[in-house]
Amino acid sequence: MTTISVNEVTKHYGDYTALDRICIDIPECCIYGLLGPNGAGKTTLIRILNQITAPDSGEVRINDEKLSQKHIARIGYLPEERGLYKKMKVGEQAIYLAELKGIKKAEAQKRLKEWFDKFEIGGWWDKKVEELSKGMQQKVQFITTIIHEPDILIFDEPFSGFDPINANLLKESILELRDKGATILLSTHNMSSVEELCDSITLVNHGKSILQGKVTDIKRQHDTHQREIIVRTDDKQPILALADTYNNIKVEPTEIDDEVKLTLFSASPNELLAQLLGMGQLVSFKEVLPSMNDIFIQEVQSKNQAS
Amino acid sequence: MNKIGLIIKREYLTRVRKRSFLIMTFLGPILMAAIYIIPIMLALHSGDEKMRIAVVDESHWFEDRFTDNKEHTFVLMPGLPIDSVKELVKNEIFDMALYVPPTQLNIPSNAIVYSIRQVPMEIENYISSVMQKEIEDQKLMAKGVDPEIVSAVKTNVNLQVMRMDDKGNEKETFTRVQFVLGILLASLVYMFIIFFGGQVMQGVAEEKTNRIIEVIISSVKPFQLMMGKIIGVSLVALTQFVMWILLTGALYLGFSAFIGLSHPGMLSQGTVMSQEITANDIMSNESVQNILQIAQSIDFGTIIVSFLIFFILGYLLYATLYAAIGSLVDNNTDSQQFTLPVTVPLMIAIISSFYIVNNPDSSLSIWLSMIPFTSPISMMVRIPFGVPIWQIVASVVLLAGSFVLMTWLAAKIYRTGILMYGKKLSYKEIFKWLNYK
Repeated sequence: MTTISVNEVTKHYGDYTALDRICIDIPECCIYGLLGPNGAGKTTLIRILNQITAPDSGEVRINDEKLSQKHIARIGYLPEERGLYKKMKVGEQAIYLAELKGIKKAEAQKRLKEWFDKFEIGGWWDKKVEELSKGMQQKVQFITTIIHEPDILIFDEPFSGFDPINANLLKESILELRDKGATILLSTHNMSSVEELCDSITLVNHGKSILQGKVTDIKRQHDTHQREIIVRTDDKQPILALADTYNNIKVEPTEIDDEVKLTLFSASPNELLAQLLGMGQLVSFKEVLPSMNDIFIQEVQSKNQAS
Repeated sequence: MNKIGLIIKREYLTRVRKRSFLIMTFLGPILMAAIYIIPIMLALHSGDEKMRIAVVDESHWFEDRFTDNKEHTFVLMPGLPIDSVKELVKNEIFDMALYVPPTQLNIPSNAIVYSIRQVPMEIENYISSVMQKEIEDQKLMAKGVDPEIVSAVKTNVNLQVMRMDDKGNEKETFTRVQFVLGILLASLVYMFIIFFGGQVMQGVAEEKTNRIIEVIISSVKPFQLMMGKIIGVSLVALTQFVMWILLTGALYLGFSAFIGLSHPGMLSQGTVMSQEITANDIMSNESVQNILQIAQSIDFGTIIVSFLIFFILGYLLYATLYAAIGSLVDNNTDSQQFTLPVTVPLMIAIISSFYIVNNPDSSLSIWLSMIPFTSPISMMVRIPFGVPIWQIVASVVLLAGSFVLMTWLAAKIYRTGILMYGKKLSYKEIFKWLNYK
């Protein structure tokens, strides 16, 4: 079932077209990546989903209902540009933000205490925000985003400002939220987190969707049939000679002296492998799928050149 | 939706809890009271330092004219050259030296005071008035007129001013009281608009530069946030105002009682401020009647009601503008160009109030009290003089109407401005925002 459906949404700012007839369908209980270079229109789309701005044309539907004020309480939004009132106490502020999402004060207090303990910032409840480190502020910010237990979560660069340990804690929390049934839209430039977390993605460039689909499918489509073989041998000459007979092999030394790495661009490596087996010890053989990083760069650059 | 209530609550509480609010609340009345109290205290304690003035009168006109009082003693130095008297002043044997140069035949008209420190205004005035009187008397006598006759001729005219309305009712007016009241009310409105309007602007700019704005407006509409802030701050202003009135009243009563007990009769001598009405005046019957007359001549009901209406509406009108400006702030230098158009009408209103108090019913005054951007101040200047009710109503309607219009405009600028970072803004650019959906 589709939770968020963006249909032909267009948005202009004066002469500038931020979004150009963009269509995205986000299924329920998944982590959906929204990717794109700076200025591609991601933030505009996210702001439309949060009803901060309205589209010029097209529509957004949530669970097959037209997006309206009542959906605000069901969305949790962590903006890229985020902050807190510096002079306010942490706990008081968290309660205020929860109340704005329609949670009763007592309930907000109970839930916040639990999350504060989980994120190990319980002792900071009565401190002013300005006394907190950047990382701790980010934690508070994340908690206030999810405190009203929304079924749609929108995270814009959630990992910025986290150290690796806390980034991991955050990652686990995001996966946990998905498993509990939340639909998550993740906008990020951090491609490794896209590979780890996202089920599907849309790549946006100049306000248009240029690539869409499941991460695994996209990787398959961009497969260059690359295989990496490492062989250990005392005498590298026969291998180098063999490689010369192929036009789709690249040979490189590795850090270890008696090893040689061959990269084959072919879907049928059996013949080569059979020959190599007689020339040394096979250390590894693996399929190399293109990284999301490569796909991102390749797609955006080819589109930019075309236009 | 209770969200706007939550915003108002937060805006109100965070401001009222601030140390600066408490300081202002208590310092304000103390400052106001000090304006009354310090001159009285000074008057009570003067004489601690008696000024000693050496007089070298080479014209011999004024030698026995200067009389001593609590503040100063005059010591004649006949025959001593002024230079040696100046030495005495330098050695602080005297506080100052008055030197009247010798004259041949003609009448002296100049004199010099030598002093190391600043000469008190009072003494300057006293010396010149004594000399003037003496010279005038001498001139009169030279013309054959007895100065006694002149002082007997001097008369104080008691001019009563009666305002008539179309029903033929007559009412005595006290221009001086109305003058002070008008300026006071206008200054209060001006001060509150500048101060609390500025708070709205800072609040909006703070949310923008803190980057909390996007978090908040994913929960509430920008309009709700803007109005919540404006209303919250207006409640802070009203709280402060009420506290000031109560505290000033308490301080004033307390002090009057203290003075009344410790220095009976001190204030009624009129040594301090001739127009001051104090607790002791009430003791004399004449003063009671005077106060009652003045009180009756002023329509306090209308003044208080119209003050509250014009103050609140004026604040709201300007607060929406300040909110819009706050949303444009990126760094402080940029906001300058946008605050100027807002402060100019306020400046015009406060400067023109000195014209209006003298001509409360001139057509310029009426216009200024109708134009929404100046009316909250200009109308308050006119109110104590009595303004036809239709003018008040028309002005209020215009003000309220332009508040609604400005809110609509400001909201459009605000909701785009708060999300705009690092862009140099021009009026042309902002004008475009009005068309955004």
